[in-house]
Amino acid sequence: MTTSPLHADPAPGPTAVGAAPPRRSTGARRWLAVLRTPVGAGAGALLALVLLLAVLAPLLFSGRAEAVDTDHVLEGASAAHWVGTDNLGRDLFFRVLVATRLTVGLALLATLIAVVVGIVLGTAPLLLGRRAGRLVVAAVDIAVAFPGLLLALFFAVVFGVGMTGSVLAIGFAGAPAFARLTQTLAAGVAERDFVAAARVAGVGRVRLLLRHVLPNIGEPLVVNATIGAGGALLAFAGLSFLGLGVQAPAFDWGRLLQDGLSGIYVHPAAALAPGVAIVVAGLAFNLFGEAVAKGIGLTTTAGVVRSPRRAAAARAVQAAQADQGQPGTDRGRRDGRPVLDVRDLTVTFPGAAGPVRPVRGVTFAVGAGEAVGVVGESGSGKSLTALAIARLVEHPGHVSAGRLDLLGTDLRTGSERSHRRLLGTSFAMVFQDPMTSFNPTQRIGRQLAEVAEQHSGLSRARALGRAVDRLRSVRIPAAERRARQYPHEFSGGMRQRAMIGMGLMGEPALIVADEPTTALDVTVQRQVLDLLQSIRTADDVALLLISHDVAVVRQVCDRVLVMYAGRVVEDLPAAELTTAARHPYTRALVASVPDMSVDLDRPLPVIPGRPVDPAHQPPGCAYAPRCPLASRRCAEEDPDLVDDGNGRRVACWHASEVRAGDPTPGAVPVAAPGAIGGRA
Amino acid sequence: MTSTTAGREPAAEARRDLAAETLDSPWLRFAARRAGRLVVSLWVLVTASFLMIHLIPGDPVRGALGPTAPASLVADRRASLGLDDPIALQYLHYLRGVLTGDLGTSLATRQPVADIIGQRLPPTAQMAVLAFVVALSLAVPIGVLMGVVTRGGRARGGELAFSSASVVLGAVPEFLLGVALVYVFGIQVGWLPVAGRDGAASYVLPVLSLALGPAAALARILRVEMLTVLRADHVRTARAKRLPAARIYLRHAMPNALTSTITLGGLLLSALIAGTVLVENVFAWPGLGSTIVASILGKDYPVVQGIVLVYGAGVLLVNLAVDVVLALLDPRSTIKDS
Repeated sequence: MTTSPLHADPAPGPTAVGAAPPRRSTGARRWLAVLRTPVGAGAGALLALVLLLAVLAPLLFSGRAEAVDTDHVLEGASAAHWVGTDNLGRDLFFRVLVATRLTVGLALLATLIAVVVGIVLGTAPLLLGRRAGRLVVAAVDIAVAFPGLLLALFFAVVFGVGMTGSVLAIGFAGAPAFARLTQTLAAGVAERDFVAAARVAGVGRVRLLLRHVLPNIGEPLVVNATIGAGGALLAFAGLSFLGLGVQAPAFDWGRLLQDGLSGIYVHPAAALAPGVAIVVAGLAFNLFGEAVAKGIGLTTTAGVVRSPRRAAAARAVQAAQADQGQPGTDRGRRDGRPVLDVRDLTVTFPGAAGPVRPVRGVTFAVGAGEAVGVVGESGSGKSLTALAIARLVEHPGHVSAGRLDLLGTDLRTGSERSHRRLLGTSFAMVFQDPMTSFNPTQRIGRQLAEVAEQHSGLSRARALGRAVDRLRSVRIPAAERRARQYPHEFSGGMRQRAMIGMGLMGEPALIVADEPTTALDVTVQRQVLDLLQSIRTADDVALLLISHDVAVVRQVCDRVLVMYAGRVVEDLPAAELTTAARHPYTRALVASVPDMSVDLDRPLPVIPGRPVDPAHQPPGCAYAPRCPLASRRCAEEDPDLVDDGNGRRVACWHASEVRAGDPTPGAVPVAAPGAIGGRA
Repeated sequence: MTSTTAGREPAAEARRDLAAETLDSPWLRFAARRAGRLVVSLWVLVTASFLMIHLIPGDPVRGALGPTAPASLVADRRASLGLDDPIALQYLHYLRGVLTGDLGTSLATRQPVADIIGQRLPPTAQMAVLAFVVALSLAVPIGVLMGVVTRGGRARGGELAFSSASVVLGAVPEFLLGVALVYVFGIQVGWLPVAGRDGAASYVLPVLSLALGPAAALARILRVEMLTVLRADHVRTARAKRLPAARIYLRHAMPNALTSTITLGGLLLSALIAGTVLVENVFAWPGLGSTIVASILGKDYPVVQGIVLVYGAGVLLVNLAVDVVLALLDPRSTIKDS
């Protein structure tokens, strides 16, 4: 209870091999910046007041605090005595003020002992040999498991009742927590390059510790000591309250509280005033420490607060990289109508400078049993499109569309509840990262069975039976045993197949697979793609495959949608991707895919420039700044997606100028290994 | 199924697999490791409690009996405590005593320490267990609800109010909360008894002063963990499965949020045990906490040693329970730190 454990943020400062340890020259400035935040300013002011009182109050008010007045014994609060008087008629208000020095001083002293002993114990593993060091670590491990107050009681017995004994007791009781913190911090620093370099250079252990390790863990230690001082103050008040700490005639707040408590029925103020003082001073240390920790980027167990707005923005970006679905088959609807019909789909997020539209007016349809690929660079809006179709875009994102029909049902209107069954059974998603997309605390079988229990009304046992059957159908060996295992017992490829199996728990007419193979080994990718392909042909399930990998899409899909900056810029049969693409971006994308004939001695072609930031869309064609064919018109007017009458669509003012066989516009050889177009 | 040989062999194989799996199960290894740690911790605890009396400067018996006690009485008492034996022998005697339930006799009352603990443990244990239950049953629903309500930056006002209230409540130590509760409910409103242990009503204020602080801190941690889990991929998967909202929050998000909360909150719960010492002294509760303080002040060391053992063992049991719950909630934790 004397300290709250803190963990240093793992973000390291700049390091250089063999260089001097990085000093925090900006440290003071960052501490000052904390004072400009509301919490930091408030806590700082409170702390300053407490420290000021600790210094000044005994000088100014000692006389009044000690003045015995036997005519006014044990009085309640009055104009003359704001908090009343004690059994000798001494003014309690001034006694509380004067007690600030002893209370705060003892707390700081105890904290100092805790920090020093903690540092000694915490750095012992670095100084001692491996075996002795391990013993110290184990001892600290056991000690931190016990609450501070219990340790304090133990040491209070050993060191004796009274002020000195209590300071030592609280100091030693706080030491294990600081020892653990020092160990963690020091271990982090010891692994860094400059320490390794110093060690190789023959710098001794003690010097290494004093010159290289301690200066780099000083700041988090000081912050924690500030918070720890608050804890020590409360602990000391506790011991004094129990009668084990400060003894009369000396007095601190805990002592005053104990004296006041016996008369709380008659004069509550005598107990409440020191109580309030303890809370205020404890909070001042605590909040100030937390505010500094937050300001300089340390995380404390109590201060793990993330910015929700930033999280939402990050989520939007992530969303653009992850969704998956399953085709659903509704045998009654095989009348030539599309499984999925999307018109003018737009996704909007609030941004700092007005709304941001990562998906802008996407229109397409997927026929029964058709496999449609969506390709584009990261951030082109392809994954977000998938999430929007699935009604999985989260607050504060907003989806609008001129039409959004799944199997003839309008998904734009109606509650989540009304579409639950349709989306739960006829629609399936396969997400990008199979490692994180399963619930780690539930067995795989249960996670699959849950779908059938919820949407098909199967019993627990029958749903589990179906889950095992579906696992078998996605070629999971020993499916029955595997169903009882947890996700962490599955390999990545197996998890992705299980995820596809989960989509098959209903009767999907459409599977949306968002980068289903990106997180997998190349050897496993093939299996997953083959599985999707076989499900499609066996059950006539439509597939919407989202991928940055042009080669994958070309192999699996019938038709390809090319997305750029939140729009579909070209829609063409997959077979024509290499031969008849008309949009310069499509051609650049195709050209940047290396094949077996590529001369590896020459640089791989990349698409120059960077994708557009959705917050700063240019007025004209978004690709114009990177397009070798761009003219003035391209920069001013955004071309519409025009249908050529044969189901091919393209949005480019210069589409007619690009012909098959032309040298590829857009893709130019650049010596930038690793920067393959499409993965930018 | 038609061919008996083909049907039997895989079955036998499966049995062998199962046997091998059970022997090599992460659960067994977890249990063995955890039991080992418990034994070592208990040994350290017993040793520390033994050493306590030897670390006190001066003669503890002289200290306990006072400077005016005749030397013969001191010598007599020293002999009866075995303090004149070689220290190794004393240690062995102490270990044997702890294992057989003989914790010595009180210097003040000549009563066996085990009897004193037998009388004083139930009130303390009742208070601590009730406080546990209250803390968890307040913190879990409130934390989960606040996480759901404030997810993705919703309900800013509610978030601010909740955070401020929980920070302040979590920072007020239990004995001050006790004093405040005594003032408000015992004196101002006069609804509840403020001292002693007499009937159900007398439990309310001690249990609340013990439980509210940890409850506030736990709820605060749980809300943050819920926010994190609600952003996780597997929760999006659950949404893609079109599960009802309650099922997503309670079955998919909450267990995962609880695992990290329990890791951090375990410390709070074991601190709650030590908190009984302070709360018992606020409410004149006839338990171990008021006894240990009186014994420390009266230098009745055998009683102090015995109660320190009981408190320490309680903490170790809570830590063990936390680890087991963690392992049940998140099977991955059984294979961690191996």
